[in-house]
This record gives sequence, structure tokens and C-alpha cells, in this order.
Amino acid sequence: MTREQKRKTEGFIALLLSTLAAFVGLFWLVFILGDVLVHGISALKPGLFLNDPTPPGIVGGGLRNAFVGQLLITIAATLIGVPVGVLGGTFLAEYARGRNIARLISVLSDIMVSVPSIVIGTFIYAILVKPMGHFSGWAGAVALAIIMIPVVLRTTEDMLTLVPWTLREAAFALGAPYYKVIIQVVYRGAATGILTGILLSIARVAGETAPLLFTSFNNSFFSMDMQRPVASLTVTIFQYAMGPYDDWHAQAWAAAFVITLFILLLTIAGRLIIKWRYK
Amino acid sequence: MAMTSKKNPVDLIFSSITAIASFSVILFIIGILYVLISESSPAIGKFGIAKFLASTDWDPVKESFGALTNIYGTLVTTVLSLVIAIPVAIGIAIFVTEIAPNFLKGPIGVAIELLAAIPSIIYGMWGLFTLSPIMSTYVEPFLKKITAGVPFINILFQGTPMGIDILTASTILSIMIIPFTASISRDAFNLTPAVVKESAYALGATQWEVVKNIVIPYSKLGVFGGVVLSLGRALGETMAVAFVLGNNHRITTSLLDAAATITVTLANEFAEADKDIYLSSLFYLALVLFVLSFITLAIAKFFLLRAERKYSR
Repeated sequence: MTREQKRKTEGFIALLLSTLAAFVGLFWLVFILGDVLVHGISALKPGLFLNDPTPPGIVGGGLRNAFVGQLLITIAATLIGVPVGVLGGTFLAEYARGRNIARLISVLSDIMVSVPSIVIGTFIYAILVKPMGHFSGWAGAVALAIIMIPVVLRTTEDMLTLVPWTLREAAFALGAPYYKVIIQVVYRGAATGILTGILLSIARVAGETAPLLFTSFNNSFFSMDMQRPVASLTVTIFQYAMGPYDDWHAQAWAAAFVITLFILLLTIAGRLIIKWRYK
Repeated sequence: MAMTSKKNPVDLIFSSITAIASFSVILFIIGILYVLISESSPAIGKFGIAKFLASTDWDPVKESFGALTNIYGTLVTTVLSLVIAIPVAIGIAIFVTEIAPNFLKGPIGVAIELLAAIPSIIYGMWGLFTLSPIMSTYVEPFLKKITAGVPFINILFQGTPMGIDILTASTILSIMIIPFTASISRDAFNLTPAVVKESAYALGATQWEVVKNIVIPYSKLGVFGGVVLSLGRALGETMAVAFVLGNNHRITTSLLDAAATITVTLANEFAEADKDIYLSSLFYLALVLFVLSFITLAIAKFFLLRAERKYSR
């Protein structure tokens, strides 16, 4: 074999392996999504959304409590996490722009985004569940909010930085104080970006299980009381999938299907908005 | 920048509110560290630091606890999953940046992002119901068979293939971190200036030689940072492994044995810990995990920042 042939063969093999790797990645996506789809759809019945759980063995049980609970916890977490995250990002991109403290908080937020979520669960257990004496929906919402804040904060910072500085100078020149410039000019310019960040952060926390295990815990009865344990889809999936009953497994697949669909739609919506707005 | 903030009282209030909001991140980190240390202080007092980290005990009845089995399980599953994930992830990144025709680049990029968005509990449940039976009936007996005569390697595959073990857990974990590593590597690869690549092509380099000699050396800081970041993520992953690891507090040499990671132990035992010292030991485990992953993530961030600075020059 000549040297040229050897180089070509080596190149061919390496590129073939990379192509193979890409298809391995795709294969898993299709496999997992297909599996969730097939099992989930076959278990999807109206009763799943309308009925509360029944004791094992009695047919007709649903997961109404978990759907409502998940919604309550996620909304509460969003209401706590989004304002703090957006305002915090505003500080980094505006008042503290270019300062060391902004850089430090930015790096720490990036680290916080990847900190194990179960550790945040133990933290909330110690500061909220233990003093209150029982698990509660609020504790779960706060745990999710803590996961959400660094995500929203970082995207807000990035999006505000993208707004041209000259736009602010134009507003300053008209005599506007900085807070008015931020609220009326900068936020308006970055609104779609911030909204996308919020959507993606909701997608991020909606699938979290670990931080809810010992904060909002679980509740087999329908409850809207956030002071008490609240059922969530994810914790219910964990409990049902690990349980011994086929009926539970089917419901776990259905719940998994609904939550995956919700999160993928949010993610795709977020990507589409970015593409439409910034390209 | 702060030109108007001193004059206008409303501006002062608004800037203070934003400052407080952003300092909440620092507050959380210090708060988590402080609370975990204070909650685990009974266990730190009773077992010490070195003894706790080096002890393989995990006995709620005798109230004797050590972290070694959990740390061992965490490290083994993490390292094994990275060994599986890194080659595939880098292959995907090479494919997406260099090989794929333009009409495929977009869809495969989106598919990778979607794979990253699927919540970990879905991976875990899928692992329990779908992957675990496949592993125990096909993959694991096969691996046992081909390694049966090989000294040392056969130790890794001793025992009955049950599907609830380190190998299955690491496989799921690797599927979970592939998209993450791949998208960071892709971003790093994309930063290679086209001029440099074109110069190499002009000298007669093949596509693979450009990747091997130009793109990878140019982006190695970024790729390395991405790999360490994935390591940090894998260390703290809970639900993807909780279903299929079995929560077994033993140090095993076989990949076909059940084990326990710090996260799996916390997920399974935290809400049920009935004694103070038991709960305190679990907080101690959470502290170990927090410190471990924080340091790993900080190292990753350091490399990624250095890579960023290098490219922007």
C-alpha cells in the first residue's frame, strides 16, 4: 500500500467511526422516545387526568392529584425563581457590568446550574421541612426555584449584554434615569431572549425528581394545600415504576409520556424563538 | 455607567434590589455549605473525617456509618460512563462539524439537544423497564462468555447477570451525558478558524488529518473543560441510576453486582432515616457530594474560561 492509500484508508475509517457515533446517538434518542411513546400512548386514558389514585388492584385509578400537584409546584417555583433570576441578571449585565463581582457571580451561577439537585433537596429539608415538622409543597417549590434562579440569571445576563450599548446612551441623552432605561429600553430589546430563557428554565425544573423526594414528598390524595405534602408527576413515576403492580407501571409510562412531551415542546419552542429572533 | 444611580432615589432602590437578587446565588452556596456542615456535625463528631471517608460500614442498626462504599460506587459508575460516552460524544461532534452534509447538520444538532432535554427520571425508568432486561438476557451473558478465559478481565464480569448493576447504571448514565459532552465539544470545534483548516487542506491534508492535527489540538482546552463538566454532572446524577443500581452498600469488583452511589443512597434512605445519627450521616454524604462536585465543576469552568480567553484573542 502506498503512503497516499494508507492516509486515505485511515481517514476513511476514522470518519466512518464518527458517522457511526452520530447514528448511535440518534439511535438512543429514537429508542427512548419511541419506547416512551408506545408505552405511554397505550396507557393514556381520560381517567388518568380525571381520577385520583385507587388502592392497588382496584381499576380506574388516575393521577389527577399528581398532575395538579406538579402544576402547582412548577408555577410556584416559576413565580419565585423568575423575578429573582431576571433581577439578578439585570444587576450583572447593567449595574455591575465589567466588575469583578459580576464575573464572580456569573461563574458561581454556572457552577450552581450543575450542582447535584439532590443536594439542594437535602438543603431545603434542613431549612424548611425540619422546622415546619412536615413535608410541604412550598418546600418543593423553593427547591425548584433555587435550581431555576442561576439558569434564568445567566440567560438574562447574556441577553441584556446583547442589547447594544448605544441604545442605552440614546436614552441617557434624553435624561432618563438608569432604572427607566433598563425597564423601558433594555428589557424591551431583550424581551424575547429573556422569555426563551424562562421557558427553558421551566423545562429544566419540570422534570426534576431528586429535589422533590424529601421536600414536597408525595401524596396519594388530591390536595391543593401547598402547606402539606403535594404529589408530583416525577416522584409518582419513581414510586410507581419501582412498585410491583402492572397497573402502576402503565400509569408511570403514561405520566412519563406526558412530562416528556411537555418538556420537549417547551425546549423546541425555546429553540424556535431563538432562531426566529436572533438569526 | 453608574452616572445616574447616585442622583435618583428610585434608581438607588432598583439597583439595590437587583444587587440583592444576584447575591442570592452566593447566599445559596454559602447557605448550602453551612447548613450541610451544621446538620452533619453529629456524624462528623462521631466518625471524624478520615475515618468516615475510609470506612466501608453502612449499618443503620448498629449506627455505624462510612462513606467509602458510596464514594466507590459514585466514582466507578461515573468513570465507566465517561469511558463509554467520551468517544461517542467526540465522534458525534466531529460528524456534526466536519462530515455531515449541511442538510443533516441542523436536524442532528437538534436531536442531540432534545436528548439532553429529556429528564433524568425518563432515562431511569426506561433503563429499568427496557434496558435492564436487554442487558441481563443478551449483553451481560455475552460479555461473560467472551471474557471467561481472559485473566483479570473476567473478574469484572463475575456473578449472575441480573441487569440491576453497575454496568447497566453506567450505560444509562453514559447515554445521558453523551449529548451534553457532544454539544460542548461541537461548540469548541466550531471555534477553529476556517482559514487554518483551509490552509491544511491546501497542503493536501485529508479530512481526518485536518480534524486530528488542526481541529482537536486547537480546541482541546474546550473539549477537556466539557469532559470535566460532564464528569461533574455525572457525579451528581440521581434518578438515571437510582432505578437500576440496587442500593447495595458493598465494594464489589464485578460490574455485574449491585452497588450504591451517594445520590442513590440519599434518594432511597433520606426520607426514611429514623435516627438522628443516621440522618446526620446522610447529610454528611450530601456534604461530601457537594464538595466533590463543586470542585470538579470549578475546575471545568476554569478550563472553559481559559479556552474562551484563548479563542477571543
